[in-house]
Amino acid sequence: MSNRMITILVPVVSIFLGLLVGAIVMLISDYNPITGYMALWNGIFGDSYAIGETIRQISPYLLAGLAVAFAFRTGLFNIGVEGQLIVGWFAAAYVGMAFDLPKMIHLPFALIAAAAAGALWGLVPGILKATLKVHEVIVTIMMNYIALHVVNALIKTLSGGGFKLERIHESASLRSEFLSNLTDYSTLHYGIFVALAMVVVMWFILEKTKTGYELKSVGYNENAARYAGMSANKNIVLAMVISGAFAGLGGAMEALGTFGNMSSMGGFTGIGFDGIAVALLGANTPLGVIFGATLFGSLKYGANNMPNEAGIPVEIVSIIIALVIFFVACGYIIRVGLIRLRNKKEAK
Amino acid sequence: MLDVLYFIIPITIASAAPLIFTAIGGVFSERSGVINIGLEGLMIMGAFIGILFNLFFADTFGAWTPWIALLVAMLVSALFATLHAIASISFRADQVVSGVAINMLGLAVALFSVKMIFGKGQTDFIQQKIPRFNVPFLEDIPIIGPMFFKLVYGSSILAIAVAFIAWFVIYKTPFGLRLRSVGEHPMAADTMGIKVTKIRYIAVLISGGLAGIGGAVYSQTITNDFGHATINGQGFMALAAMIFGKWHPLGAMGAALFFGFAQALAISSSSIKFLEDIPAVYFHIFPYILTILALAGFLGKAKAPKALGKPYVKGNR
Repeated sequence: MSNRMITILVPVVSIFLGLLVGAIVMLISDYNPITGYMALWNGIFGDSYAIGETIRQISPYLLAGLAVAFAFRTGLFNIGVEGQLIVGWFAAAYVGMAFDLPKMIHLPFALIAAAAAGALWGLVPGILKATLKVHEVIVTIMMNYIALHVVNALIKTLSGGGFKLERIHESASLRSEFLSNLTDYSTLHYGIFVALAMVVVMWFILEKTKTGYELKSVGYNENAARYAGMSANKNIVLAMVISGAFAGLGGAMEALGTFGNMSSMGGFTGIGFDGIAVALLGANTPLGVIFGATLFGSLKYGANNMPNEAGIPVEIVSIIIALVIFFVACGYIIRVGLIRLRNKKEAK
Repeated sequence: MLDVLYFIIPITIASAAPLIFTAIGGVFSERSGVINIGLEGLMIMGAFIGILFNLFFADTFGAWTPWIALLVAMLVSALFATLHAIASISFRADQVVSGVAINMLGLAVALFSVKMIFGKGQTDFIQQKIPRFNVPFLEDIPIIGPMFFKLVYGSSILAIAVAFIAWFVIYKTPFGLRLRSVGEHPMAADTMGIKVTKIRYIAVLISGGLAGIGGAVYSQTITNDFGHATINGQGFMALAAMIFGKWHPLGAMGAALFFGFAQALAISSSSIKFLEDIPAVYFHIFPYILTILALAGFLGKAKAPKALGKPYVKGNR
């Protein structure tokens, strides 16, 4: 077992432990875990409709995961993905409904508006961190609540006291008849391609550009980067802005693809927080994020089938996701365990 | 004007009490050097257990039910906080990530249990609420009496008492000294023979217990049932109060009272003449903006415990 192998095994063990504890919870609650996990499996892969919906669910997770991972790579912890996603959702829904333009202009405009809104929400903690050394974790958490309340108030104002914005115009929609027909009339839309394109964008920025190199350097060792003549402050701000833009696009997936509008929200979507799990599982690499997003998108959508088929509340999947995050956080001890296991084998 | 104050101040104190408990819990944990973003999840657990116990044992314990429910919520949340303690102290986990997991786990476990037990998304309403009463003699003081001492929740008085006890414990007892030293410079503390790990475990458990009480007070005074939105940001607001109060128990209490005031204004702004034109959203986002400003140093420099967020590894320098 090489060290690289152990790095890959840590998340795998975490997922396994999460599923195992999930099974124990089901057992204690008098449910059959086998029936439960069968229902989950069928909910994800059961038929082409389920597969379409699962893929649809993956796209916002991809973007939320990219947002967290990108910030992580530059040494920042962006817990504000949730808020950035909400303002992005709002911006896209607003542009989609308020303007009437040809599709070639309208759709990109709505997407850019979402990214810009998310970027703006990331700019605040970025600037505060860069100029005043304020820790970004607390600021981004506070920004989440500010986003939630402000967007709810804006929806109320724009809809004349109502709880819902008007539907977006067709010209801003990501909906696709082709993809929908292909998957037995699911709501699968083109958003998944936008999300995958962003995976490539993140990879390109980090691996192929000078900016990406600087961002990673600042994340790795701020002082060394500074010594080498890089502007740590500029890079911190830039990293939060790019991270926020990814998150904002995640909101656009919901606004322009899945829902086609925005309703006022009683609480958070949870996508932003799950994005932390996605990024952690993916070791903060673009390719890893695809893996993490696929797992969590599938779990989240497939869970909806559990109450129907096995009578188990969907929250069991939230428990599993939370446990997986928890076990990934405890990666150190899993790593120690794996290394001990390896040493024992080698001794033999 | 006086009528307005008679109306707002009791709401302020009622909304602040859960924040006071939870924020002081946060003070204990962070003073020992362990970040506790998980306060929200711990509060959720407390709110849920409080309601659950209250519903099931109201017949057995009668009027004592809500108080025993607070105790049970405290114990369960402290137990739940052990997870965070194990992860962040013994397993050297990233404390922020572990806290996020605690938040998600708390909500998921509570909702899962509610669906299992009640077969629906929220619980029934409780019958035995935390009682409100008039404080004898003090209520007769002109002006101040009706403002502060009429129809107060017993839990609010407890909250204020806990703030002073916490201040005494943290600043006037040997345990408090050890707690603070472990949060500032764990290696130095270790050299002096203080058991860093043990103190941190105790601190995180205290934070869990107090957040549990905070949640149970909230659910048994304000919502009277438990559902997915019962605790929606109060834990983070308590975190904000802790920072705004500069990691000091009395400061945290002051900040919590202030945030309670903002909440009370938001609830009642439409019925107050000179406030009716200000949209409620400004009051809603007020505590969060203040916290950002406080952190940015615009409201006086607050310094977090030095070793905050760093796992202590014996023998490392």
